[in-house]
Amino acid sequence: MSTLLATQFVEDTTALTGRSMRHIIRSMDTIITVTIMPIAMMLLFVYVFGGAIESGTDDYVNYLLPGILLITIATGISYTAFRLFTDRQSGIFERFQSMPIARSSVLWAHVLTSVVSNLLSVVIVVGVALLMGFRSSAGLLAWLAVGGILLLFTLALTWIAVLPGLTATTVDGASAFAYPIVFLPFISSAFVPTESMPGPVRAFAEHQPVTSIVNTIRDLFAQQPVGNDIWIAIGWCLALLVVGYALAMRTYHRTLG
Amino acid sequence: MTTLTLDAICIRDLEKSFGEVQVLRGVDFDVERGSIFALLGSNGAGKTTVVKILSTLLAADGGTVTVEGYDVTSDAARVRELISLTGQFAAVDEILTGRENLILMARLRHLKDTRQIAEELLSRFQLADAADRAVATYSGGMRRRLDIAMSLIGDPPVIFLDEPTTGLDPKSRLEVWKSVRELASGGTTVLLTTQYLDEAEQLADRIAILHGGRIIANGTLAELKQLLPPATVEYVEKQPTLEEIFLAIIGEESR
Repeated sequence: MSTLLATQFVEDTTALTGRSMRHIIRSMDTIITVTIMPIAMMLLFVYVFGGAIESGTDDYVNYLLPGILLITIATGISYTAFRLFTDRQSGIFERFQSMPIARSSVLWAHVLTSVVSNLLSVVIVVGVALLMGFRSSAGLLAWLAVGGILLLFTLALTWIAVLPGLTATTVDGASAFAYPIVFLPFISSAFVPTESMPGPVRAFAEHQPVTSIVNTIRDLFAQQPVGNDIWIAIGWCLALLVVGYALAMRTYHRTLG
Repeated sequence: MTTLTLDAICIRDLEKSFGEVQVLRGVDFDVERGSIFALLGSNGAGKTTVVKILSTLLAADGGTVTVEGYDVTSDAARVRELISLTGQFAAVDEILTGRENLILMARLRHLKDTRQIAEELLSRFQLADAADRAVATYSGGMRRRLDIAMSLIGDPPVIFLDEPTTGLDPKSRLEVWKSVRELASGGTTVLLTTQYLDEAEQLADRIAILHGGRIIANGTLAELKQLLPPATVEYVEKQPTLEEIFLAIIGEESR
């Protein structure tokens, strides 16, 4: 029975993921909207502010890219909330709920779609960074580690995005939650070293999740030892993932009445 | 809890409140297998609430509700295999094509030959020409037809149609009526809600009127007509109301 349920879960999730992936492929504008802001920021910081910033590296784009990637993902996940909200509005969410399908597959399909579309956005942003002179000596293993951390970060934020997607009453409400997350990298080591910040700001910057993730990715790209940061980064991602997932599932089962 | 019964749907003492507002205050009715049953009521009477409880989307506060003998609360998963819901607003995927919508439903019902099933329904509901267009380009009537076609996948024995013709033009409305009649003639039990009196009159074997949270009348059209006091002969010059004119014109078209 449990293998039957597992098969059903996989089949239903596959069918529903296929559906929402078609949404992404047919309206590539969501990918473009997601990547345009981080790319513009990268251009602005490298070519306008970059000369005045003492980052301690030769090439500011190398310093900047990890934070830009996190901003890309934070922007991307707001579309998960938006798509979930749209499904609820259109009534198709209820249609799925009244069918004999594995119930959590409806959410998992949106989560998997978020992972794939964010991966696409990240690849595009890395491509633009390469054109701007980003270079990394990182080997395959280091790239895999970067990919793994970004995947964890995407999963954690996506499950958090499921919450407004399930509860929002307006489109704006569904996507507004992402703004503070998009803003978080600004008060971190993403753009400037935290040492340059005044006391309380520095304390916040050094103890919020983005800094440890940014430092880890930066060190991996630069083939430097990652030290403790990688464990702090993974710890933050896992903690956010567990809390996001638990809250999302609880809200989901509550909306089912 | 399985009860031996000929009825496809049994509702006893159904109660539901939203906060302070008591929407259903003891609703009772049965729907005979293979019949068309119309739940009539004005906006906000609680018709959609009844349908949502029947389709396991909403939990009742009190009473028992069974579909084909299975309790909608304790046997919800089984009930979902037996029913199909066509909600108040055509719940179709706008970005997918008509064909893709149907194939998706067939896959979610774990059927084989999903392409074949989609093909048959597309021609049956006159959607073959639009099959590969995004649903966003469909007219209201086409959407509704696709919506109903999606509900038929997997041949569920019980179908709920929540205000199937609200917002449709008269021509699309007739098309939907035709589909509903075909369904019932194939043995499917249909429960539909409507605020249009003529719709209930045209389609339903039995009609129940939901008002003030209770069923205040339930019977065939002939039985309901008898609830009125017997006709007395009196000469009254009768001016037709706009509604009567409208319904009469609609009636002309449907004949």
